[in-house]
Amino acid sequence: MKTRIAPYRCAGGLHPVYHKSLTAGAAVTALPLPSIFAISLAQHLGAPARPLVKKNETVGRGQPLAEPAGFISAWIHAPTSGKIKAIDEQWTATGRRATVITLESDGEDRWADGYPLPPLPADADRKQQIDRVAAAGIAGMGGAGFPTHVKLSPPPGKTIDTLIINGAECEPYLTADHRVMIEDADRLRQGIDRIRRLLGTCAVRIAIEDNKPDAIKAMEQALQSLDGDVELIVLPSAYPQGAEKQLIYSVTGREVPSGGLPMDVGALVENVGTAIAVTDALDSGWPLTERVMTATGSALTQPANLRVRIGTLFETIIEHCGGARIPPVKVICGGPMMGTALPSIAAGVCKTTSGLLLMPADAVHLFESTPCIGCGRCVMYCPMRLMPCTLSEAGEAEDDELLEAFRVLDCIECGSCAYVCPAHRPMVQHMKNSKARIALMRRKRETSRQRES
Amino acid sequence: MLPLIVPLAIITSTAVIGLTGLGCGLLLAMAARFLAVREDERIEALTECLPGINCGACGLAGCRDYARAIIEDDMPVNLCKPGGDDTLKALCGYLGIVAQAGVREVALVFCGGHNGVAKRQATYNGIADCVAAERIGGDGKACPFGCMGLGSCARVCPVNAIEITAQRLAIVHPELCIGCGACVKTCPRSLIAMVPESRTIHILCRSKDRGPVVRKYCEVGCIGCNRCVKAVDKKGITMDGALAVVDYAVPIEDVSVAETCPQSTIVVRDGRRTEGAS
Repeated sequence: MKTRIAPYRCAGGLHPVYHKSLTAGAAVTALPLPSIFAISLAQHLGAPARPLVKKNETVGRGQPLAEPAGFISAWIHAPTSGKIKAIDEQWTATGRRATVITLESDGEDRWADGYPLPPLPADADRKQQIDRVAAAGIAGMGGAGFPTHVKLSPPPGKTIDTLIINGAECEPYLTADHRVMIEDADRLRQGIDRIRRLLGTCAVRIAIEDNKPDAIKAMEQALQSLDGDVELIVLPSAYPQGAEKQLIYSVTGREVPSGGLPMDVGALVENVGTAIAVTDALDSGWPLTERVMTATGSALTQPANLRVRIGTLFETIIEHCGGARIPPVKVICGGPMMGTALPSIAAGVCKTTSGLLLMPADAVHLFESTPCIGCGRCVMYCPMRLMPCTLSEAGEAEDDELLEAFRVLDCIECGSCAYVCPAHRPMVQHMKNSKARIALMRRKRETSRQRES
Repeated sequence: MLPLIVPLAIITSTAVIGLTGLGCGLLLAMAARFLAVREDERIEALTECLPGINCGACGLAGCRDYARAIIEDDMPVNLCKPGGDDTLKALCGYLGIVAQAGVREVALVFCGGHNGVAKRQATYNGIADCVAAERIGGDGKACPFGCMGLGSCARVCPVNAIEITAQRLAIVHPELCIGCGACVKTCPRSLIAMVPESRTIHILCRSKDRGPVVRKYCEVGCIGCNRCVKAVDKKGITMDGALAVVDYAVPIEDVSVAETCPQSTIVVRDGRRTEGAS
């Protein structure tokens, strides 16, 4: 095990004010078991899960509430024991409406029959282990929510030679991964070891930004006992350093091709939270029913790092943190750069929810968007080396061919362009809108091609 | 005075270019005579009869395409919605046929939830376009089915018949609507539909939520109480889940059914073209 500075530097990137000191020193505390949970069935990337339970059914902790509806989908489990109050459409942490299961806790927090599942030893069958990861409902906990078992089973012909553990946490305000690396270093090491064994022989790179020296130290100590090709990579702090493709470049110098996946360059990126969820599933038999998140923002009375059950309502978390100190103007699920402004705080925590931000009026920039002045700042800062200015204008003009030619689908929606834009253009919304347009156009083209043939 | 000396090079080049031009001109003249495509003059005449706004309501790309389709593909002549009776008369007069006029239809926004009665749970600060807003989960209106009022429909309307009120609600002015249906295709929440202009009873709600949920966010949303369905004895109004829907194929004689609605979701509105409207 050795530590070294990242050998490469990804394109673009900026240095927002981090505000991490609000919670960086706060140890993770467990939120007392709430009485109501709202569990969204669209917590992961891909098809929303199909509910398995009915209204008024009694469930135990860990009992599957919904099954995956396709290959790219995930199981969803009961966060505690109790009774199903409702299954209906509600606003969720993604800012959209989705089917939500409302669970009323009975306060006993009793495991369902047969749970936790028996632990799987490290020498168990590989397929069995991956099935367990799938059955535990693990989806990327860094924010994207890509089902982990899909990542762990690359199609034949693709080999993964580098496992990158993402502890960069480049989003301002968030400190959940930071605290996990300090407090849960041993479990994290176990998780890294399990994932490494599942992938076969491969190099392990743990990437941490240099604004977290205590986490680097803790990880250095914990990883001493891990043999093989293990390196701790210290990244210079910049946003969006922790984005998957940027991280792969910073660590290995390999560039994921346009439209490709990390496995195309032999890399796999897992968030630290996901690695811990993997060890929980394999070594303890726990399905994914809780996660660590940061509740922060200068409008919150007592910012904290919390261990919460999936489905805990945001209003419960705000109440636990002493409520709002000053009236918040914007409540964001996730970080300030890539998070979603919530239309309602009656939504529940998802597997991908890394933070909850209460922003007061002085921290929120309510803008009046004006036409692009062509300054090119967004081009300079874009970590994907795109031209956001051209793309946003093409989006307004609904010029699908230009959008495709300028690779709008490669946009990672990091928000760097919107952050630096002097014309205050809602860049990320333009990109999201254009990407949806292009995806729709491609689907139409595909169906018409099928009809012709 | 300088003697006028014309070099040979100028004479030859002028001659070559001139003769080439003459030859090409002759070729073109011959081509125009022998290769000419004879266009049916009836198409030209029918195009003249049509309104010429190329709205696409007939299902073809423009007025000229429709005229060609009438002549070549025997399309019915009563498909031009903006033209109405006048155009139909002109087309029939030219072709010497008799045709039944189609029912004139106008667009209607099936939402009455303006800012005064429908709750907004958040402020939207983004692209002023309904389609863009819907892709990120709406514009903060608590009702996920209601009109966002960002004006995507108004921008595609070829005759500016749609008004976005100060209370952020789209309203179609039936006297201006030409029935082309462009707004119907644009609305991301599918709130606009074409209704026969003769119909007066409309239920302005498309919320699929149950009554208690609707009550929380809208004062004029349909709560599925069934009173209107009972009042008309299921003739003309039917229930679709928790939403009462007017069946425009069945006429409703009695306009007093609107008074049975506890939420004032049912409105009585005449869609006929008013006199003197431009």
